[in-house]
Amino acid sequence: MRDTADLGNMKDAIMAAIIDLATEHKEVCMLEADLMTCLGSTGFKKQFPERFFNCGIAEANMVGVAAGLSSMGFVPFADSFGVFSSRRAYDQFFLSVNYAKQRVHLIGTDPGVTAQVNGGTHMPFEDIALMRQIPDLIILDPSDGQSCYELIRQAYDSGHSSYIRSARRGITHRYPVGTKIELGKGIVLQDGTDVAIFATGETLVNEATKALEILKEAGVSAALIDLHTIKPLDTELVEKYAKKTGHILVCENGRYAGGVGEGIAAHLAKTCPTKMDFVNVGERFGEVGNLAYLVKAFGFTAEDIAEKAKGLLK
Amino acid sequence: MLDCTTLEMLKEKAKEIRISTINEIAHLGKGHIGGAMSIVDVLVYLYYHEMNIDPSNPKMEGRDRFVCSKGHAGPSVYATLADKGYFPKDWLLTLNKGGTNLPSHCDMTKTPGVDFTTGSLGQGASAAAGIALGQKIKGEKSFTYLIIGDGESQEGQIWEMAEFASTQNLGNLIAFTDFNKQQLDGYTKDVINMDNIDTRWLGFNWHVQRINGHDLNAIDDAVQAAKKVTDRPSMIIMDTVKSWGYAPGVGIVSNHSMAVSEADAKSAIEALEGGAK
Repeated sequence: MRDTADLGNMKDAIMAAIIDLATEHKEVCMLEADLMTCLGSTGFKKQFPERFFNCGIAEANMVGVAAGLSSMGFVPFADSFGVFSSRRAYDQFFLSVNYAKQRVHLIGTDPGVTAQVNGGTHMPFEDIALMRQIPDLIILDPSDGQSCYELIRQAYDSGHSSYIRSARRGITHRYPVGTKIELGKGIVLQDGTDVAIFATGETLVNEATKALEILKEAGVSAALIDLHTIKPLDTELVEKYAKKTGHILVCENGRYAGGVGEGIAAHLAKTCPTKMDFVNVGERFGEVGNLAYLVKAFGFTAEDIAEKAKGLLK
Repeated sequence: MLDCTTLEMLKEKAKEIRISTINEIAHLGKGHIGGAMSIVDVLVYLYYHEMNIDPSNPKMEGRDRFVCSKGHAGPSVYATLADKGYFPKDWLLTLNKGGTNLPSHCDMTKTPGVDFTTGSLGQGASAAAGIALGQKIKGEKSFTYLIIGDGESQEGQIWEMAEFASTQNLGNLIAFTDFNKQQLDGYTKDVINMDNIDTRWLGFNWHVQRINGHDLNAIDDAVQAAKKVTDRPSMIIMDTVKSWGYAPGVGIVSNHSMAVSEADAKSAIEALEGGAK
């Protein structure tokens, strides 16, 4: 298993996974929508020029071409910013890929507020909700480089299509190589008995990790789960912690409607009604700023998370 | 130019496929008769004369592929596939009924012989470009044939595909526009004017030909010429008549999807059998 500890950006982990898969499987090909230099897929182009295609600024066609390639036995990875991969090419990904039972891995970078200085036009808050509507699709929102690398490989091995939601710049090295990382199974970063925090994606898992310190000082026994796979939802772990703590806080870098929190709430409503709260972007559109500003502006800080967790216990 | 025997065989097949298509839709009582009937001649040419396919092995490696991006023309595609032996002919009377393998719009997961799922207009075009690209990567000598509608050509995705396919020099992609000049809400000239369709495709650096889409010899000449063009994709614009062969639908605005009574079907079939179009 490749160790990603030396990688400097999440995009490097994404590309390492895809290039390793392409080395092992001649069916793997890569499609870009004029964002090759943003993701760093230039390395793929250099190594496998016959399997790399820049489709230009035309995401709908890119995803349709990917579907056609899939029907020829190829396994395409198609990339764009999350707003375009999800909103702009949604019908193509829904019908030509998934309804037609083709196999395409769609990358949506810069999820939620991580689009930062590209601003509100480039902030996908809805991508989770959109992608959750597609039967049998795998949705990944990894929180570190190693899990990003390994989950992309596992998504490939699953035989399903996937939507890979990840920031590009910067990287968190949370899991040493050898850590058990399993598609569809949340990782318990800390056990606890009062409240369980389910966080998804690098930004929110990082903030939630810092929130554990605040909660510890406040005498709260909080569990933290890295929900790196949004779909399929790890219902077993959700139910386990609902029963164990009776309080669930769901943190996601996206919108509530149709999001992870709503999904967990719906599941628990049937199986184990539980007091819950949520950290998400609410009803707001995105806006421009650096990550520190946006994390604060959207209520994603460790303090915000800790306050909501404590609030559940009142 | 087709030899006389082949031409007569194809004409006979076109008549049979039109009759089957009318029967399918009449059995249901309503359907997309107009756009299904206007593409029958090119369907027959491709399936009975041109394409390298094997109905006993629908997924044959290296075969030519066909994508009907105007997926609502499914009924005539199904009539053709059934006649070729991809599935039993009695399936045809299950069109659009619950549990059928022949849904309104072409579905590769249900119907043997359908190479790609279509129905959301514009999408089959990109898929066909991806298929042609895949054939090229694999080094196959095969072709991908694609039919799009004139109304469908109002979709932006068609032109995204057009620029992509010419940039990739997809000489193995041979497309047809079913230029029947009608769409659901009326005549194309009254909805979105498509009269300059030839120059649009020329502008996207495609090899462009324009023919009578109901003339099998013209289809043959155009396809054979297109196959010789290896450095760019080909567009064959076929002037057609919507509902050609189903007289009650010809020349009326509502022929995109319309009621087809048993009586109208009977008279249309009698006319076809009597030699009329």
